[in-house]
Amino acid sequence: MGDLLTGKKILVMGVANKRSIAWGCAQALEANGATVIYTYQNPRMKKSISKLVSDDQKLIECDVSSDQSLQQAFAIVQARYGKIDGVVHAIAFANKEELAGDIMNTSREGYALAQNISSYSLLAVAKYAQPLLNNPASIVTLTYFGSERAIPNYNVMGVAKAALEANVRYLARDMAKFGVRVNAISAGAVKTLAVTGVKDHGHLLKMSAERTADGKSVTIREIGNAAAFLMSDLATGLVGDIVYVDKGVHLI
Amino acid sequence: MTEKEIFDKIAKIIHERFEVELDKITPELNFTQDLDVDSIDLVEFVLELEDTFGAEIPDEEAEKMTTVADVVAYVKAHQS
Ligand SMILES: NC(=O)c1ccc[n+]([C@@H]2O[C@H](COP(=O)([O-])OP(=O)(O)OC[C@H]3O[C@@H](n4cnc5c(N)ncnc54)[C@H](O)[C@@H]3O)[C@@H](O)[C@H]2O)c1
Repeated sequence: MGDLLTGKKILVMGVANKRSIAWGCAQALEANGATVIYTYQNPRMKKSISKLVSDDQKLIECDVSSDQSLQQAFAIVQARYGKIDGVVHAIAFANKEELAGDIMNTSREGYALAQNISSYSLLAVAKYAQPLLNNPASIVTLTYFGSERAIPNYNVMGVAKAALEANVRYLARDMAKFGVRVNAISAGAVKTLAVTGVKDHGHLLKMSAERTADGKSVTIREIGNAAAFLMSDLATGLVGDIVYVDKGVHLI
Repeated sequence: MTEKEIFDKIAKIIHERFEVELDKITPELNFTQDLDVDSIDLVEFVLELEDTFGAEIPDEEAEKMTTVADVVAYVKAHQS
């Protein structure tokens, strides 16, 4: 076990199951000495996460579509753990019917929903987390290449990821006065529950694997290891950046 | 893999995932009618089947599979 993060308490938001990128992050953070606290979306997700985390104290409900839920969740974090050193935001959602076909058919509601859960939520998390964050602290979110390229079917989520990345830059500027760094990891495609929402995701995963520099998809642990670095004080020079952890897919 | 081997592997997954006794798992077992599962359970189950058998199972195909026998037949035809 490494000690890069010894003494740090990090909140990981977005574990749904053992495939989740957030789970890869949590494992990497713990392996480097951090104490990991988790938020889950709703009671259904609690059922899944409880299979992975036995200490119920560490599990806190937080639905990022609700300010009240966010407020309550951070109050519980504070009551149980006091100040924390970082937050991993690994949350996104869009309606399945809007992750298919032509983007012109996106509804106003569906567009707003994707932006709300996948992009605005980072601002809300930063706002409610800020009073609890030590100086220095680090916030990391997860984005995808579909923010820059028109990936088939990724549609409304690609637009939400573009907004998320802009949020990272503006937040990095405005959180700096509190000693909080904000960055994103642009992860390669991995087979998770979220990806199954995208039409023809099997094809997307295959294309992505083929475009890696060595033919092998990135793993959630590799993504988590990069998150561990970004959470650590080794990364105090990285501010408002988008770091690719995709085995080179973005090169081609 | 033979049909029997495929069936046994699927039965093991169902047993571990949904806490069903192995002797209650038959080819006729119907996922939505005989098990207490929701849509998230079913998606996770399909992902595990894909990993176990190295076969891709598109949504359209997954929706057509209602019993264990359906899955065995699909895997038999598509295993890699
Ligand atoms: N899987 C990939 O290929 C990939 C690639 C790059 C980036 N990402 C991003 O990584 C992040 C994590 O996704 P994942 O692929 O691990 O899938 P996942 O399904 O395991 O995780 C998504 C999480 O978002 C949570 N969530 C959705 N709506 C929520 C809400 N209203 N309140 C609180 N939580 C909510 C879900 O409960 C789930 O835990 C997402 O931002 C995703 O876009 C994924």
